[in-house]
Amino acid sequence: MQLLESPIGKKVRIIDYKGGRRVSYKLRQLGLAPGREVKVLRFAPLGGPIMVDVEGRSVAIGRGIAARVQVEIE
Amino acid sequence: MRIGLIGQPNCGKSTLFNQVAGYKAETGNFSGTTVTYTESNVRLMGDVVDVVDLPGTYTLAGSNPAEREVIKYLTSNAVDVVVNVLDASNLAHGLSMTVELLELDLPMVVALNMMDEADRIGISIDVKALEELLGLPVVPMIASKGRGIQALFVQAYHVGIKNRKPLQPSYSEEIEAVLDVLKDRLMNVESHLNSRALAIKVLEGDEEILGDVSKQVQGIDAEINTLQSAIRHQHGTSSEWVIDEERSHLADQIAKSVIKQGTRRISLRDRLDDILLHPFWGYIFLVIILYLFFQLVYSVGGIIEAPLMAQFERIELWLGSIASGEQGLFHQVIVGLIQGVSGGVAIVLPYLVPFLIGLGILEDIGYLPRVAFLMDALMHKLGLHGKSIVPFILGFGCNVPAIMSTRILEDKRERFISAALSTLVPCAARLAVVFGLVAYYLGPALALAIYLFDLFVIALTARILSRLVPDTSPGLILEMPVYRIPTVRTVVNKSWWRIREFVVEAWPLLIVGSVILAVMNYFNLAFYLNRLVNPLSWILGLPNEVGLPLIFGVLRKELSLVMLGQALGSMEFSSVLTPTQMITYAVFVVFYIPCLATMVVIRKELGWKVMWQIVAMTVIIATIASLLARGIAELIF
Repeated sequence: MQLLESPIGKKVRIIDYKGGRRVSYKLRQLGLAPGREVKVLRFAPLGGPIMVDVEGRSVAIGRGIAARVQVEIE
Repeated sequence: MRIGLIGQPNCGKSTLFNQVAGYKAETGNFSGTTVTYTESNVRLMGDVVDVVDLPGTYTLAGSNPAEREVIKYLTSNAVDVVVNVLDASNLAHGLSMTVELLELDLPMVVALNMMDEADRIGISIDVKALEELLGLPVVPMIASKGRGIQALFVQAYHVGIKNRKPLQPSYSEEIEAVLDVLKDRLMNVESHLNSRALAIKVLEGDEEILGDVSKQVQGIDAEINTLQSAIRHQHGTSSEWVIDEERSHLADQIAKSVIKQGTRRISLRDRLDDILLHPFWGYIFLVIILYLFFQLVYSVGGIIEAPLMAQFERIELWLGSIASGEQGLFHQVIVGLIQGVSGGVAIVLPYLVPFLIGLGILEDIGYLPRVAFLMDALMHKLGLHGKSIVPFILGFGCNVPAIMSTRILEDKRERFISAALSTLVPCAARLAVVFGLVAYYLGPALALAIYLFDLFVIALTARILSRLVPDTSPGLILEMPVYRIPTVRTVVNKSWWRIREFVVEAWPLLIVGSVILAVMNYFNLAFYLNRLVNPLSWILGLPNEVGLPLIFGVLRKELSLVMLGQALGSMEFSSVLTPTQMITYAVFVVFYIPCLATMVVIRKELGWKVMWQIVAMTVIIATIASLLARGIAELIF
């Protein structure tokens, strides 16, 4: 499942990122590495970014990137 | 002795630095406010030490310019003691870089910052246990309130004197085995790093260090490749990720064993995003907050400006009376000097001061990244990213801070486009021209129309520029900081620091320009200058006399209105200009060449080339836009 599709407030575990190295790097830096638990907090309207909770921190991610983050529901 | 402050973005390094060094580094409640390092001498235990504030970075293997700077600084033996600043409310995340720093085998101290934040979310940390696990001193502190800073630097000083090294973290057996092999091969490499640290860095694929090493050791490249592919074969992912994962695993373990999680108090701050980022109310609040912000700037500015201007006018009148008709060169120069001084004191500063204080508060609260979140979708339609909205908003007050704020953008392309667009945003000075000319004589509706037209031109320019310079970044990834209550001390210091930048860099130029103008007036050079602008004024259907006000409007946008009156011989514009001419002139002034202060800042932030590109762009846009305005106005009138 894509991170973009995961329901708001539901804990999911990151499996993989299917995309470029640069973005993958940046996501890891912010704690969105495979194996981590995250939770979608909210969606910005009009196709804007989504906000994700990563261990108590909030990270905004564009939808294009969120669609390439593979997750599974616990 | 040199002490380097290192930590992840927005962990409070610069706040800590400013507490010991006086305000010298930009701070703000979002990541990336420090893009280069700042140094300062500090007295400590009867000695003078050098304290360096390095840009925030999440890892030591980064690729953006600010991150490379940190790695270079650390590996060049320039730092005697590393002070690793950690956000106590976010320990596990911060510790993964601590582990990386430990590997460098430098004397090190951990500054456990934001203990109040940790307390707020119900975290208590066993400092003693953390000290034992890392093998180095850990000092709890609250940098924004000045607590624990003395103790921190005393510890850092002792660690530096004794050259006390921390414990070395260890990896899994397979990785350790690989490191042992590499370590032996790299034994004789000349570097400020020890052979173990070198081995880790090359295994991670750090290109700069790899380049260094392969020059010194024959055939090492192939060996490293073999080792890396063995790891990839075993783990199914590259050695870089394997090391990264082991580090964060270790960091998690350390964090877990020292943190006691109590009950988290849910406060208003945790709920704030539900309102401020609400799909509907979020935008309403955005408009209200920005409206209040500008209302504050204009009303405070207006209250200060009027009496100050009156004072300067009295001085000029008084000078005129003692010169009693004899308008010599000396007299002209003095008047020019006073006008230059008054331009800074009475016109720019009254608006700049409340603007910068308000901005400082918004920044420290942590609202600006939220604006980026809300506006990202809209900005994408223009080919930009959400973060670019920040310089754009600031531009309405003054283009100078707008250009400065492009520092928060990582990408060169994004910085260029945002800077170019910000110069098209009508600042407070141009507002004076639009209101003084169009709103006053032709009614506020037309002034509003000019503003809307301006927004349209900006959007169009954004589309064209983003086509010309294609976007390579895949989208937004931005950490949202926790809301914080700004402290008076940091806001005041920050505003003062920025005001000083204007006073020192832009104001002298205003004064010099004003004096040059006076001298030219005396020698009656206006005629020749008007000739220079003649082709332009002819195309736009404006009187020849607009040349001089336009040229000097570059110094200060208000001059293009004040001098227009002088040039045309009447401040009653309706008697010397037709409505079409007023509109055309106002539109041209809104877009053409950014003022000198803005140009100076563009050059400083982005270089000469970009400055000239933007100047050329604005002249073209101004000409096309005012021709268009002329055409439309002629249809109406």
